[in-house]
Amino acid sequence: MTSSKFTRRGLLKTGAAAGAGLAMPTIFTGAAWGFTNEPTGSTVTLGFNVPQTGPYAEEGMDELRAQQLAVEHLNGIGDGGMLNTFSSKVLDGTGILGKKVEFVTGDTQTKSDAARASAKSMIEKDKVVMINGGSSSGVAIAVQGLCQEAGIIFMAGLTHSNDTTGKDRKANGFRHFFNAYMSGAALAPVLKNAYGTDRRAYHLTADYTWGWTQEESLKASTEAIGWETVKTVRTPVGAGDFSSYIAPVLNSGADVLILNHYGGDMINSLTQAVQFGLRDKVVNGKNFEIVVPLYSELMAAGAGENIKGVFGSMNWNWQLPDAGTKAFVKSFGEKYGRPPSNSAQTCYVQTLLYADAVTRAGSFNPCAVAEALEGFEFDGLGNGPTLYRADDHQCFKDVLVMKGTENPTNQYDTLEIVEVTPRAQVEYAPNHPMFGGDDASLGSCNAGA
Amino acid sequence: MDAIFLQILNGLDKGSAYALIALGLTLIFGTLGVVNFAHGALFMLGAFCAVTLQKLFSLSYTVIDETQKDFLGNPLKVEVSYLEGWFGKDLGGALADWSVPLSILIAIPIMVVIGFIMERGLIRHFYKRPHADQILVTFGLAIVLQEIVKYFFGANPIQTPAPQAFRGALDFGVLVGFEPGAVIYPFWRLVYFLFAAVLIGAVFAFLRFTTFGMVVRAGMADRETVGLLGINIDKRFTIMFGIAAAVAGLAGVMYTPILSPHYHMGMDFLVISFVVVVVGGMGSLPGAVAAGFLLGILQSFASMNEVKAVIPGIDQVIIYLVAIVILLVRPRGLMGKAGVMEE
Amino acid sequence: MLGLNKRDTRFLIIVILLTLFTPFLLQPFPEGSAMAQFNGGYPDLMAKIAIFGIFAMGFNILFGLTGYLSFGHAAFLGVGSYAAVWMFKLLTLNVFPALILAVLVAGLFSAIIGYISLRRSGIYFSILTLAMAEMSYRLAYSVLTPITNGETGLQVRDTDPRILDGAGAAQYPNLFGLELSTSWDWRVLGHVFTFNVGFYFCAVIAIVMFYVSLRIARSPFGLVLKAIKSNQTRVNYTGMNSRPYTLAAFVISGMYAGLAGGLLAVMDPLAGAERMVWTASGEVVIMTILGGAGTLLGPVLGAGAIKYLENIFSKINEQVLHDWFSFLPDWLADPVVWLASRFTGEGWALTLGLMFMAVVIFLPGGLVEGGQKIAGWFRRKPPADGGDDPEHHPKPAPHVPHMANTGD
Repeated sequence: MTSSKFTRRGLLKTGAAAGAGLAMPTIFTGAAWGFTNEPTGSTVTLGFNVPQTGPYAEEGMDELRAQQLAVEHLNGIGDGGMLNTFSSKVLDGTGILGKKVEFVTGDTQTKSDAARASAKSMIEKDKVVMINGGSSSGVAIAVQGLCQEAGIIFMAGLTHSNDTTGKDRKANGFRHFFNAYMSGAALAPVLKNAYGTDRRAYHLTADYTWGWTQEESLKASTEAIGWETVKTVRTPVGAGDFSSYIAPVLNSGADVLILNHYGGDMINSLTQAVQFGLRDKVVNGKNFEIVVPLYSELMAAGAGENIKGVFGSMNWNWQLPDAGTKAFVKSFGEKYGRPPSNSAQTCYVQTLLYADAVTRAGSFNPCAVAEALEGFEFDGLGNGPTLYRADDHQCFKDVLVMKGTENPTNQYDTLEIVEVTPRAQVEYAPNHPMFGGDDASLGSCNAGA
Repeated sequence: MDAIFLQILNGLDKGSAYALIALGLTLIFGTLGVVNFAHGALFMLGAFCAVTLQKLFSLSYTVIDETQKDFLGNPLKVEVSYLEGWFGKDLGGALADWSVPLSILIAIPIMVVIGFIMERGLIRHFYKRPHADQILVTFGLAIVLQEIVKYFFGANPIQTPAPQAFRGALDFGVLVGFEPGAVIYPFWRLVYFLFAAVLIGAVFAFLRFTTFGMVVRAGMADRETVGLLGINIDKRFTIMFGIAAAVAGLAGVMYTPILSPHYHMGMDFLVISFVVVVVGGMGSLPGAVAAGFLLGILQSFASMNEVKAVIPGIDQVIIYLVAIVILLVRPRGLMGKAGVMEE
Repeated sequence: MLGLNKRDTRFLIIVILLTLFTPFLLQPFPEGSAMAQFNGGYPDLMAKIAIFGIFAMGFNILFGLTGYLSFGHAAFLGVGSYAAVWMFKLLTLNVFPALILAVLVAGLFSAIIGYISLRRSGIYFSILTLAMAEMSYRLAYSVLTPITNGETGLQVRDTDPRILDGAGAAQYPNLFGLELSTSWDWRVLGHVFTFNVGFYFCAVIAIVMFYVSLRIARSPFGLVLKAIKSNQTRVNYTGMNSRPYTLAAFVISGMYAGLAGGLLAVMDPLAGAERMVWTASGEVVIMTILGGAGTLLGPVLGAGAIKYLENIFSKINEQVLHDWFSFLPDWLADPVVWLASRFTGEGWALTLGLMFMAVVIFLPGGLVEGGQKIAGWFRRKPPADGGDDPEHHPKPAPHVPHMANTGD
């Protein structure tokens, strides 16, 4: 099929260009211009890498909806959403730096390999300058590493493990979502008020890195308010039937069960714990309680009424009263007929933040963008005043403590906000031991040249 | 002691699920000689029969309630289910509450028909083909089925609760002489165990005591001779495929309150059910049941903290470890016959 | 040439040409055209096809030639990746030590697993390999995290010792200083062809491995393997001990898998546990059957077809479809887009499943048979005796027998 292109004439005509192209070795194609995939035409392409198959497909779909909405708003279509409430006013609905925003999508399958393959194809084939999305920490860390090597910006989606901006932090990677440490720090005072200081906690933990960092964080913060940790038990991922892990809780003397599970594991372990009558139990003269440190709307919907009254934490929720949230929920709701999830909000905000940083930097060069994002303080994107900390590229903002709604009024009313934990309370030092200590380093920014 | 007793109960429960899925799988192996990688998908389809009935029973029309607001601040649309509208609040509510057990009634015909269609339309043409081809075609079918389910029901697990009467737990320990509160066990899991026992019994009785079952057993032993006797064994094998599909489907229906169904659940059970079948011995029905319970109970014991403290990670691998040991010590599995599926 | 007869030499030369011209073959559409979405000529996909081609070629030595259906070969791939990344971390980012260790470790691992599993045959062998691979996966994901870095995957870090690399050495996997991610773009007549060092490195290795498997298939050793496949009992009755042969086939295919795993790490220095999960083992089985088990080229074609579908179809989202069908009137465009989007983007798995079914139903010999049929039409010959290479003829796999005669 291609042999026809090698006519003598064709070769002569393009000889000069080809010669120049061949002479120039490039890494991820682009050295001639200074950084990877520099947009030269009238458009710029962003890569949205979300799970479309596998257990988190539903969450991935919601992220994709939000990302499409963000692109529309950047291109001046629709009502502009949070662009109207964003404290930085450089985005005017004409794309980014006057270039129309286009996007490509890919399927991470919630597997590091597939996610990296999809990201590579976006970088090599579609020439994206930024990748956004994802619904698990393993994938986020893997793709973040790839973007660092390739020399483009990674704006993480839902990733809650301390490691993403802890020991695996990267100069080209940025996380808006909160993390396990923040969940612990936000939940502890609420748990203290609700359940007292004399409690004995039993952890069931998904047996992989995210589960471990959350267990570590929650253990530290609950022990700090005087709770005793009876036992921490690791459960296989995707175990389905958790009965043999839940049964021993009954007679362990514990009076709180902390479920460090996410997605389908959380739905099953919570449902089964309730079936075993844990929540009707009275231990040590106190009512037995269950805590799910990380919530999402989809998990809440999947767990049904078992979630009523159970405490957890979230990055953001559509019920927040601020103007940014209202604007976003309105444009998302009108387009898709449902409120956005907190992973959707993160992906939407990350896309806007990237566009804003490019505009302020005046360049798509990842190093310039990173510099514009580092130490950036902003407001009006739904989470209150927020700081993108320069030391580890983690956003610092208020954290929501949630509770399963006792009397839901509609199908989306599954969680209610118990407390908005102020940012000061969830802050930590960049060299905190849970975040890789003094060894953790961003490295230097890579523009790919 | 009570902890061990509790884990035996857990194991019996997990074992009943394994046994039911493996039973259908080994029926298909034994009668048709087909390696059916779509069997997990049949389990999943059964579970979604329950989801469908629950959705049907909660189908509703909307009434606009001006006094309440929805998430965008518009007047709230209140849903009223048709069922409650037709049968009144009591009967309608009770029907919705009992949707999982009631789905058995729709799951049996649906699964049998799906089984017939699969056998007649696809599997039949693969009897003479190598097992590798059977694996590929049924694996492809499993992917197609689960993608269809994903389109209609989404990828998120769907909560399908047991009837109100079976929620909560029974203080089982008191009945067998433990202290109150020592052995608490959810009602629905006991129901599941009993249901599995009845279903397994029914399948065995059917094969043992009916003429149909006798012919099928004869066909399993020597298909050619039975054919020479002028018996249409093919037709009976089609029916057996339908029965196997129904058994897998019923296992799925009743499992929904324990495990919220999602489109991918079939694949999660596929490997385990193959291991169970092989450990039990290819084509052996009692073997599949025995292996199901054995692996279920061992898995429960391996999950105990005391065991995990000695051998970390044992709960992750126990099933496979047992399978390896059994296959090396007893080459044909627990109750398999020599020469089946090897060479 | 090279110990091959004329026909095989010609076959090898065709394969070499096909491989070397992959950047053109997979990039048939001009940049910016509507069909550019279907271009697959970017380095990562081309390298993946070469790597999984190696994996499937090796698997074919065990399954296609010997008739043993292993359901645990992904474990060797994963072990190879881990070994390679550890070499990167400890010694040097030069690829050769990494690849050598990957092959050796995978060979050793497969020798152990093969020694145990080959005590049984048929489906019992399949389940034994499946069980061992699944154990490896689960342990790598959880308790072996200090070695494997669990779910996150083993990565190369700046803080690694890397004792052979001095200061100023390349920061990414390289061939004595030449980084594998280096690419040249060639723009011709609106086309962009990308020539990538890493791809050509994989491609050359793939050609060498293809040659090796061709030689194995034609050797007396290969003959014994085929004899074992057609009737192992009879081979044993001739007084020949078949076990060393099957074990050798198992270890060779394990080393192929280890090499493929090492190359995956070379192209992208990260090794994750999910490379070892049972569906990954199933994938290589499917690649081999899809392409044509027992044929030499089939597994490579199968690997290419699956990787292409996975990477290209999953990226066609509704917006792309809307652009494609924008020439249609609105009332027609929407249903067409709706229908097309069921098979692309989030629905790519549906296309994959349908393709499996279609190939097995209509082309029992896999894609190779499809190619032969087409070639047969052109030559006006019945497809049954068309084709140059005798190996191209799919053979039944009688080793895995039919009907189980059994009772309860």
